Amino acid sequence: MPNAKLMQGNEACTLGALAAGLDFYAGYPITPSTEIAELCAEELPKIGGKFIQMEDEIGSIAAIIGASLTGRKTMTATSGPGFSLMQENIGYAGITEVPIVIINVQRVGPSTGQPTSLAQGDVMQARWGTHGDHPVVVLAPGNVKECFELTVKAFNIAEDLRVPVIVLTDEVIGHMREKVVLPEPGSLKISKRKAPTNPAGYKPYEADLDGGVPLMAAFGQGYRYHVTGLFHDETGFPSNKSDVTDRMLRRLMRKVEKAEPQMRDYFEESAHDCEILVVAFGSSAMSSLSAVRQARAQGIKAGLFRPKTIWPFPEETLRAYAAKAKRVIVPEMNLGQIALEVERVIRNGAPVERLGKVNGELFKPEEILSVIMGGKQ
Amino acid sequence: MRTEFRLSGSGGQGLLLAGIVLAEAAIIEDKNAVQTQSYGPEARGGASKAEVVISDTDIDYPKATDPDFLLALTAEAYKSYGPCMGKGLIIVDSSVPLSDDIKARTVSVPILKTASDDLGKKVVANIVALGVLGGISGVVSLPTMELAVKNRVPKGTEDLNLSALRKGFELAKSAKI
Repeated sequence: MPNAKLMQGNEACTLGALAAGLDFYAGYPITPSTEIAELCAEELPKIGGKFIQMEDEIGSIAAIIGASLTGRKTMTATSGPGFSLMQENIGYAGITEVPIVIINVQRVGPSTGQPTSLAQGDVMQARWGTHGDHPVVVLAPGNVKECFELTVKAFNIAEDLRVPVIVLTDEVIGHMREKVVLPEPGSLKISKRKAPTNPAGYKPYEADLDGGVPLMAAFGQGYRYHVTGLFHDETGFPSNKSDVTDRMLRRLMRKVEKAEPQMRDYFEESAHDCEILVVAFGSSAMSSLSAVRQARAQGIKAGLFRPKTIWPFPEETLRAYAAKAKRVIVPEMNLGQIALEVERVIRNGAPVERLGKVNGELFKPEEILSVIMGGKQ
Repeated sequence: MRTEFRLSGSGGQGLLLAGIVLAEAAIIEDKNAVQTQSYGPEARGGASKAEVVISDTDIDYPKATDPDFLLALTAEAYKSYGPCMGKGLIIVDSSVPLSDDIKARTVSVPILKTASDDLGKKVVANIVALGVLGGISGVVSLPTMELAVKNRVPKGTEDLNLSALRKGFELAKSAKI
């Protein structure tokens, strides 16, 4: 096969970022994400980009927000402990509408936890880790190729909607090496934030009529404007007015809600006619797929639904696949996070069986198969 | 057909690299391959495990479930992973004393000794082991494996590593399975 290469998930995320136009990376290395920083340090100087190792993760996300305001495409990568430190500035990027991409290669937590082992415990943190209602998009690759594809997609969404986008991978997806054929560079759709054309009368937070996302001027290009984490009006200056606050927060949230159908991304196998639906994302979906295939081979009508966009959650699609299911099983490497969302989405449908695992070792397919076959956990 | 390999030993023995080369050799022959690993926080010492799954078809689950081949270069690795071997073959370094409690088919091969005595460099034990695995499993040919080794090892060490690989294939031929 031409151009087939054995590639690691973390490497594929980095190459995806570079293909999407990454030209500024700031980070603080942490297992199991370190390969991303290493490869960025190698590659960015070659294309005139910048790599900075910061003092910590708070500094890292602050640096990529600042660099993004100057027109750069920026990213950082981390794992649980660093992701926790980044939370405050995720909210800042949300309210100031600064496009950034964060890759979180999950490991066992809480706290320092188990640095070299697998977990998927940051599902809710990725959505709700910072305070207040806030816009955020979270994508979850299920294999190495998707690490590339979804990182490209993350940059495009960040640029189109001016939101922080999180690529949520894990120790297994990040470290495993798989045969991958990458798309030709010219074949990718690459977005760039819409920019104003005239500094005169520029209102940095005025919703563009087309899509509701304000036009973004790069600092240093002749535009002078104010950026603040306080609620602000269209000029960018703080406002205490209740109607301004209400209007702004609703607009921020609506940007993402409105774009959900276009962003929605998932994989399914044998889900269209299944009686037992397995819902899983990331590495647990690999074990789930194997289990579903083995069940099918034994004549059991099992199917897999694997969301790739997990926030916003593709509820309409899940509801359709779950409509005929008699049972819904949710294996995940935590004690029930995406399961909460599945329960909410299909609340009047089949009962949801949570299958949580937190010992740092990926599900074996037979652990899921035995639940499909009616065995108790 | 799905073939599963588990390469185990201690950190620093280069088993991860051996796993990567095995997977890359399979890709050269147009097969599918996935390589995974588990490791402790230590960079040297500690138990280390790399796994490679090679298949003609799509690989859904990336880890070994019932390995066809277990390579164990240390007594600790042999004792950790030997007992859970089922249908597969254990390839153990001849320095490791065999245990009656480990029932799977086992072949003892002087991998570490070949690297240090015949080749004069114990650091190439991983490539000798790779040759043994390639020769015994037959999953990829020697010429393909040679190409994969050349693509991966540091410049200037190609000849040494290729000799190590060929030694491994020879050991595989004379191994009593």
